[in-house]
Amino acid sequence: MTRTTNISKVTPVVGLEIHVELATQTKMFCRCINQFGDEPNTHVCPVCMAMPGSLPVMNRQAVAFSIKVGLALGCTVPEYTKWDRKNYYYPDLPKNYQISQYDLPLAAHGVFEIPLESGETKAIRVLRAHLEEDAGKNIHDLPGCTGVDLNRAGVPLLEIVSEPDMNSVEEVLGYARSMQRLVRWLGVSEANMQMGHMRFEPNINLHIEAGGQTYKTPIVEVKNLNSFRALERAVAYEISRQTSEWKADPEGFTLAKLGKQNRGYDDNTEKTVFQREKEEAHDYRYFPDPDLPAVVVDEAWRESIAGDIGELPLARRQRYMDAYRLAFQEADALTMDAATGDLLDAAVAVGAEPKRCVNLLLGRAAAIAKERDCTIADLGIAAGQLAELATMLTDSNINATSAETVLVAVIEDGGSPAEIAEVQGLLQVSDTGRLEVWVDEAIAENPDAVAKAREGDKKVLGFLMGQVMKKSRGAANPGEANKLLKQKLGG
Amino acid sequence: MSAASDLTILTAAELAKAIATGEASATAAIEAYLAAIDARDGAIGAYNEVFADRARARATSVDAGEITGPLAGVPIAVKDNMCTTYGRTTCASTYLATFEAPYDCTAVANLEAAGAVVLGKTNMDEFAMGSSTENSSTRMTRNPWDTDRVPGGSSGGSAAAVAAHLCAAALGSDTGGSIRQPAALCGIVGLKPTYGRVSRYGLVAFGSSLDQIGPMTRDVADAALLTRIIAGHDDRDATSLSEDVPDYAADLASGAAGLRIGLPTEFYTDALGGEVRSVIDQAIETYRAAGAETVEVSLPHSRIDIDADGKLSSFAVAAYYIICTAECSSNLARFDGVHYGHRTEEKVEDIIELYSRSRAESLGEEVKRRIMLGNYALSSGYYDAYYNKALKVRRLIANDFAAAFKHCDVILCATTPTPAFRIGEKTDDPLEMYLADIYTNSLNLAGLPGMSLPGGLSSDGLPVGIQLIGPVLGEPTLFRAGRAFEAASGTSRLTSPVIEGQS
Repeated sequence: MTRTTNISKVTPVVGLEIHVELATQTKMFCRCINQFGDEPNTHVCPVCMAMPGSLPVMNRQAVAFSIKVGLALGCTVPEYTKWDRKNYYYPDLPKNYQISQYDLPLAAHGVFEIPLESGETKAIRVLRAHLEEDAGKNIHDLPGCTGVDLNRAGVPLLEIVSEPDMNSVEEVLGYARSMQRLVRWLGVSEANMQMGHMRFEPNINLHIEAGGQTYKTPIVEVKNLNSFRALERAVAYEISRQTSEWKADPEGFTLAKLGKQNRGYDDNTEKTVFQREKEEAHDYRYFPDPDLPAVVVDEAWRESIAGDIGELPLARRQRYMDAYRLAFQEADALTMDAATGDLLDAAVAVGAEPKRCVNLLLGRAAAIAKERDCTIADLGIAAGQLAELATMLTDSNINATSAETVLVAVIEDGGSPAEIAEVQGLLQVSDTGRLEVWVDEAIAENPDAVAKAREGDKKVLGFLMGQVMKKSRGAANPGEANKLLKQKLGG
Repeated sequence: MSAASDLTILTAAELAKAIATGEASATAAIEAYLAAIDARDGAIGAYNEVFADRARARATSVDAGEITGPLAGVPIAVKDNMCTTYGRTTCASTYLATFEAPYDCTAVANLEAAGAVVLGKTNMDEFAMGSSTENSSTRMTRNPWDTDRVPGGSSGGSAAAVAAHLCAAALGSDTGGSIRQPAALCGIVGLKPTYGRVSRYGLVAFGSSLDQIGPMTRDVADAALLTRIIAGHDDRDATSLSEDVPDYAADLASGAAGLRIGLPTEFYTDALGGEVRSVIDQAIETYRAAGAETVEVSLPHSRIDIDADGKLSSFAVAAYYIICTAECSSNLARFDGVHYGHRTEEKVEDIIELYSRSRAESLGEEVKRRIMLGNYALSSGYYDAYYNKALKVRRLIANDFAAAFKHCDVILCATTPTPAFRIGEKTDDPLEMYLADIYTNSLNLAGLPGMSLPGGLSSDGLPVGIQLIGPVLGEPTLFRAGRAFEAASGTSRLTSPVIEGQS
């Protein structure tokens, strides 16, 4: 029996597990290269192939990277952590146990501030972050058999688990994107989605207020989402699916009755799909790995890592808005990665005007970076070059259009902006004699426009100004040229 | 007696010296041992595989001066659970029957770097699980003192090979007594070093927190010599100790005078009876006569009891069998038929069936039993009652030893409750078999070094071992105390009947 239920409020409650592959040189417990995309089974050794008698040896760099993330998230990093074995059978897991951390993670109880579209921020609590080894990959598209590629087996994987503090798709995406920005910022992961560097597992349910009561729907964990789009669609789909399922059966479709469920995600339909539960729940039989000594994170180590963290994205963005007077969008774009902001700060430090630098970076440079799928900093502009070009703008030695041309040349071929502008004839011309030649030509070649302009048509004035700039190949000082043009038109 | 068989009478140190001084050639030594294997191993069954060609080639290189070192030309046997890039590494299991390792075990590589010649791989209980070598899938190994009896285990092949002079010395591995117990039953010396003293890299794991590789030799001096060579830090084993390896031969001749020998009350209960008790009592007298002082110490959590029906019991054995089975259930999970080793030839429906059939077909009863016990002990709901409790007992046992070593330098006790038992005598009762290690388990739990050496013979002519236990890194004291006993008692270098029959 279905009865009509008046819902007064639906609050999605979402927690997110994020797996981040760390960008160490070598794997977590052996010295094979940590590299994506090569021929199957070319980065393997007795240890990551689980040959009998082989033993794991911890990669200290991976631990340092994880501590760095933990500290950046405001987590407690305990002095003592250890490794545990998580036992389960799967062909891509050659030992049939994964070395992970069970009850003593490397980092716990942090808070991550994420930006909201409103301009506010929200604090999402981080339950824990622990380090483990990634599994290999099963290859199913081989004729008549399944292959196993162990290149990824043993790659360090940081699992960051949030509390269920997110209440909308926007917050989930904001959290996930901020996490991507943070791990890149800290230099601990490339966080490249295409390469599987980040994977998401959201836990979703709804708190539904209806008829003076609060109903909780079953918690659904969606496994293994590999893109922001999949994360967005999966969470959105679950919110609507759970709402309708609850409406159909308000007393039955509840957490108390159905508990937790796992669902998969279908990329084609962009829906979550029911996964048949195993007859019995997994019992991973965790126990401390006897092959690995406990990890002691002493004060000195922790402090040296903390000292390496520097200014975090959110703080830097606020500083740019306050000190450089940037709009939110500008400040945000400049804090996607650490190096771009570092470039800006370095140019400002040698005397360049912040706003001029920002305009340069977010113009053609940003467009090229987008084309190349890299950061602005990756374009290779030096702080000195940026400062020089910005100062040329400030001193009216070049106009904005030409500055863009020079910046493109700097990106393509390098060199000093002043010299490039000189060679290409892009230095701004303020000399009245030279300006007069272009202005006179423009007037002579466009008698109709001149007539209209003399009748006071402002639009046509702009057209004539454009002709002047064209003749000067962008080098005319627009202010001076404009003054001269108006004068000649008898204004 | 031929000249060739003369060489097999020498200890490893004596043979190394003879080769180094040119009194004998490495080739002659290898040929003598290959001949001994031909003549006697049919009756003993110590070896799973003999590397005759490779051994001859290495001997030639030694004689040409291309291979040098403190063990140059000395033939050594290696338990079949240590990986070598030559031959197979089977662990006496059907699962690994054809397995060829792509790398060398560090301890074995260290021996060869010192000039030793690996003569072959010795039989064992499958995956080192057992106390009689009867759990081998390859062959029966017999005790050179009485071929109707077991050689002990799990390093039974190595023990028998040393006792039957089928190698100059051997390596074994010891998880709960697997070096010391067969050493005792075969009348030779066997040392389990301090946990972490010898790298475990390349030793196929059974109980990772308990396993240690150690020497099995004809006398204490050889044990000291081999330990010096195989011990030391290894970057590939995170549990290996970084402390420098001392010259273990330095204190060998220091004698027993002034040694404080601890006698744990809990090891001298009614449970210690008969032939073994009289050999131990004699050993105590020998030490006293040699100037050692004996002190009573207490190891309450290692207490060994006997009930009215004569059944033995001990916390240490209970804790040991929970920890070692838990670890092995996980360590052996990799033997799944997917990546290497035995894969079922039956048609299977899915991956789960591939796993279960491959494992069911290729793992022996005892191995399956321990995997099941370990999975049970670790499963949710039982973890605290079994595994966690066993860890607590383990800590208490280690604390007891630490307290005892405040009052003594070395502890003396039995290695085994009885001399070698008959083949088939305990195979129907796994618990009875487990109790063969009742005096040796607690050391592995505490990570301490222990050495078994011949204490004397029983009334029917079987060797009885005595066990010396040291504190962490107390190997020098063990060698000193062991050598002092050899010198005072004259029980060193016992010759088993199988050799006497030959000569």
